[in-house]
Amino acid sequence: MDADAIDKAPDAAAAWPDQIYGLLKKHDIRQVALVPDAGHSRLIKRCLADNEIQVTTLTTEEEGIALMQGAWLGGQKAVLLMQSSGVGNCINMLSLSHIHRCPMPMLVTMRGDFGEFNPAQIPMGNATQAVLEAMGTLVKRADTPEDIAPTVDATIRLAFNTFRPTATLIGQRVIGAKTFGKD
Amino acid sequence: MLAESGKLDRRELTRALLEDRGEMVVIAGLGAPAWDITAVGDHPLNLPLWGGMGAAAMIGLGLALAQPNRRVLVLTGDGEMLMGIGALATIAVKKPRNLSIVVQDNEHYGETGMQETATKHGVDLVAMAKGAGFPQTMFVTKPGEVPALKAAIHAGNGPFFAVAKIDATSKKLVLPPRDGAIIQARMREAILGPEAHHQL
Repeated sequence: MDADAIDKAPDAAAAWPDQIYGLLKKHDIRQVALVPDAGHSRLIKRCLADNEIQVTTLTTEEEGIALMQGAWLGGQKAVLLMQSSGVGNCINMLSLSHIHRCPMPMLVTMRGDFGEFNPAQIPMGNATQAVLEAMGTLVKRADTPEDIAPTVDATIRLAFNTFRPTATLIGQRVIGAKTFGKD
Repeated sequence: MLAESGKLDRRELTRALLEDRGEMVVIAGLGAPAWDITAVGDHPLNLPLWGGMGAAAMIGLGLALAQPNRRVLVLTGDGEMLMGIGALATIAVKKPRNLSIVVQDNEHYGETGMQETATKHGVDLVAMAKGAGFPQTMFVTKPGEVPALKAAIHAGNGPFFAVAKIDATSKKLVLPPRDGAIIQARMREAILGPEAHHQL
């Protein structure tokens, strides 16, 4: 991770990225769609190193909603990884899940949420949960490291057991916010 | 197969492409392509979209990756393709050999009053696909080119992208089932068998 990058990655000692990877394997997730976020950087590396997971890097997050629809039609489970700003790109596309009753679990790392440095992250970060819920998504937050794995597990189960869009929001409080020496 | 305008008739083109389709899955973008695939014969392996404008190509990618031994055809319109144009980059990078995208290009938004799309003003979707890295592309304007288009869809050397310039006239409305849950479930059963509904 570039020390000057504006996104913050989880500490190397944090266990939760590997725990999420373990949950993807446990639930037989075969496709992972993503627009990169520093908060998901270690999880993305684990997925890329796994020959049984197809990783598709998207040009915009709404492509991932459509990709999950296609994967499910073909009998595979998929998840979408993204930053909170990307949720805004998914709004209309989420109707696919309701049209077809298609499972669509999303794992969202939050920006503009807790101690944010960048003003541009605030509008979408503040609206993320409301926007997802307005489109019928079942949203749960995880704001401590211990909460992440059980919440992600529940989000994946809820999507595939009840055929709808679901999301875990991983709070910025867990990942930490960059301050650029201004604290 | 030609309309009075001298351009390809969309229904006749669709009929030709889907004849003897075998096990091929067809995703149709919302609007006229969804009506077209239904008019030439509703089928469990058809996914006519009622919404999600811009989704068709990416649904095709997810399906093509999940079912690499099955041909997947995305049949969509120019407006729908333009809305999800970034998918050309995403798909070209993934290189699914079994995925074909055919844009029935009438240069208009047909469902909303025939307003002009960007392709009417020279935007070249085939050039965009080539630029993204699609190894196989075609630009089709004549009935005599349709057999080669059909052969390319079935060849499995994809990802394959084609534009077929079609007559802009709207055709008789032939609606697919409107309950998307049925459309999804019947396709999953046709691909996966009865266990599709018992997957854990």
